[in-house]
Amino acid sequence: MSFTFNGVAQIIVYFLLLLLITKPLGLYLTAVFSGRRTWLSPVLRPVERVLYKVSGVDEHKEQDWKIYAVAMLSFTAATVLLLYAIERLQDVLPLNPADMGKVDPLLAFNTAVSFSTNTNWQNYAGETTMSYLTQMAGLAFHNFASAAVGVALAVAVIRGLTRRSGRALGNFWVDLTRCFLYILLPICFVYALFLVWQGAPQNFNAYTHVMGIQGFAQTIAQGPVASQEAIKLFGTNGGGFFNANSAHPFENPTPFSNLVEMLSIFALGAALIYMFGKMAGNTKQGWALFGAVSVLFLLSAFVALGAEQAGNPAFARLGVNQTATEWSLAQPGGNMEGKELRFGIASSTLFATITTDASCGAINSWHDSYTPIGGMAPLVNIGLGEVVFGGVGSGLYGLIVFAILAVFIAGLMVGRTPEYLGKKIEQYEMKMAALAILILPLSILGFSALGVVLKPGVTAIANPGPHGLSEVLYAFTSMTGNNGSAFAGLGTTTIGTASFAFYNWTGAFAMLIGRFAFVVPVMALAGSLVRKKVAPVGPGTFPTATPLFSGLLIGVIVIVGALTFFPAYALGPIVEHLLMLAGKSF
Amino acid sequence: MRHTTPSTAATTATTTPEGEESAQVESGRGAVLRQLRPAILLTLLLTLIAGVLYPLATTGAAQALFPSQANGSLVYANGKLVGSRLIGQYWTQPQYFHGRPSATLNLQGTPTPYEADNSGGSNLGPTNSALIQTVQQRIDELKKENPDVPAGTPIPVDLVTASASGLDPDISVAAAYYQIPRIAKARGLSQEAVRQLVDAHITGRFLGLFGEPRVNVLELNLALDELGHS
Repeated sequence: MSFTFNGVAQIIVYFLLLLLITKPLGLYLTAVFSGRRTWLSPVLRPVERVLYKVSGVDEHKEQDWKIYAVAMLSFTAATVLLLYAIERLQDVLPLNPADMGKVDPLLAFNTAVSFSTNTNWQNYAGETTMSYLTQMAGLAFHNFASAAVGVALAVAVIRGLTRRSGRALGNFWVDLTRCFLYILLPICFVYALFLVWQGAPQNFNAYTHVMGIQGFAQTIAQGPVASQEAIKLFGTNGGGFFNANSAHPFENPTPFSNLVEMLSIFALGAALIYMFGKMAGNTKQGWALFGAVSVLFLLSAFVALGAEQAGNPAFARLGVNQTATEWSLAQPGGNMEGKELRFGIASSTLFATITTDASCGAINSWHDSYTPIGGMAPLVNIGLGEVVFGGVGSGLYGLIVFAILAVFIAGLMVGRTPEYLGKKIEQYEMKMAALAILILPLSILGFSALGVVLKPGVTAIANPGPHGLSEVLYAFTSMTGNNGSAFAGLGTTTIGTASFAFYNWTGAFAMLIGRFAFVVPVMALAGSLVRKKVAPVGPGTFPTATPLFSGLLIGVIVIVGALTFFPAYALGPIVEHLLMLAGKSF
Repeated sequence: MRHTTPSTAATTATTTPEGEESAQVESGRGAVLRQLRPAILLTLLLTLIAGVLYPLATTGAAQALFPSQANGSLVYANGKLVGSRLIGQYWTQPQYFHGRPSATLNLQGTPTPYEADNSGGSNLGPTNSALIQTVQQRIDELKKENPDVPAGTPIPVDLVTASASGLDPDISVAAAYYQIPRIAKARGLSQEAVRQLVDAHITGRFLGLFGEPRVNVLELNLALDELGHS
């Protein structure tokens, strides 16, 4: 572990900036989902009305949890079909100056699932596979849609916990539309222009052919990059316009754009936690959750920074200087394989932590080339369920499930029926919470076991030794967790190979399980909670707006994650770290 | 919350800004089918808004406000298009500063550095002997290209490791300094003159804090050519 003053300061200042935006954005979200007027209402309200009228939505009707879930599933199914059709027809559709052919059917299916589940795992390179129309009307639209679905679900779960009694969780179509119109679109429009200012292209030009000074020809990929980049991060999607994702200078041109990209990944997750407290009638309930995940975030950020800044001992033996020259301008030092110079170590590892704490999965450096411990930090983050601010919406409802588990454990300790926000947590709720929590490791460990046993799974492994296990484990952790980042050496992209078929099929199922097999029990939980009367606070009530509760919550998240995955991590990154220190290579 | 009495807790609950559910609640089998129409129509309408109108509006505004960046930050020298300020290029001649190693492949899958339509990194893991051998080769080449660098000069790590995008436009200040003896010799300039030019092209951290100090290789090389002309 090695730390620079600058690296530590980057983490701390970033966190302070996040704190600064949490409340204003949280208040705005609260206004939007409470149906109150906002300053954008004069412009957007008429558009909203037209959308409801044409699509036959009665905004004054609400839905019970089953209908809410059915609406969400039918919307997702429709968007998957539309994306699949666009991918398969892109060769005859407009806006295809690079003459991309049809997307392979299995790849098109996997990509449609990947983008609709907010995963954005990409078994393709954007600039060599997708037309501009597919990128913007197919993929970028899904970035909006899957984010809005996540937010809508979180709002519904919050209503389940905070309404005094009733049956309904809200109207899915209204929550969805309002998220699109009032939150995602206006913020992304401004954000995209900021990215263009920093250097991200926004055009429909053909790729530019350049002859360099030395006579080397270069074909520079172009496209409507900034508009997709904005929602890619703000919606915690992570699917890059280009293969190199946010490491590509066109997606993330400067340290300033990198800072804003990092803030935008956590922005909605943090604001939703604030909104949760606001809707619960006590913002301290939100800050208690915020405090717990902040501790987990900072821990992981420091581990990743320390490991990467220390560098690779094998490079040191070759005489490479990996020491950061802290007080002069000279060099960032550390393990720079797979990292961009403008980001160095600190802005890369911080991004890696954030993108895996949230279910974003955008990358600005290749996690596969991280040192074992540096690469384990993102892997653990995803394995913990991406509840550290988390994906937009999914982070919050995941966190609420853990909070319910925490009050249940506290209830067992004092021997009382546990309550959360005055709602009694009983057998049915615990069944649903446990079901949701257990489904994820089942998919991660089950598919990983298949991956390291079956031949097509193994042949895809790019790096020998324990790192190979980490690649497969990371893949299924990421896909099940709907993250989308990868130890990207894993060869899943060559069309026609057995590995391509294996990872595209298993991956699609892992992503579907990670999203929907998790969401449906959570919706059932919310549907059950909303019917319960709020019990008055009594002397035996375990207070959930305190640091004590935050600590208990951290314990539950870490213990569930650690007990489940520690054996697998021990065989992958941990043993690789020890062997690296012993001077071994494979 | 711990010390509030039951009655105040109840008051807090009634002031939730969310409000309670409206009178009509959709449930049951009939309601399932009624979700079909909004599913299809909202998919199409929202695709039109977020998938078509939004990128078009962004493009219009971006082209009006920041035309250079919106079209890829292209750089011209003597009226000729020579590249993009943001996209690194492959340099081999001794009189130019060289960028970082690039692990990009061309569209046929052959390693070709700085392929700007197929970005990517090596994805080699830290204990992969292929990575360690590659770094060793890069060190050997670097030393061969820069024979005038005094023995024992530390090798900046960014000069022997592949970038993430394969298109990294920048090198560290140390990496630029490392190449000064070679450039000065090839161009018949004093090392001090080249060093001054490097120093004039350093971009600092954002707010003195975020990212890393760096030198844009294309801009530095164009300035070198300018220096030669004047």
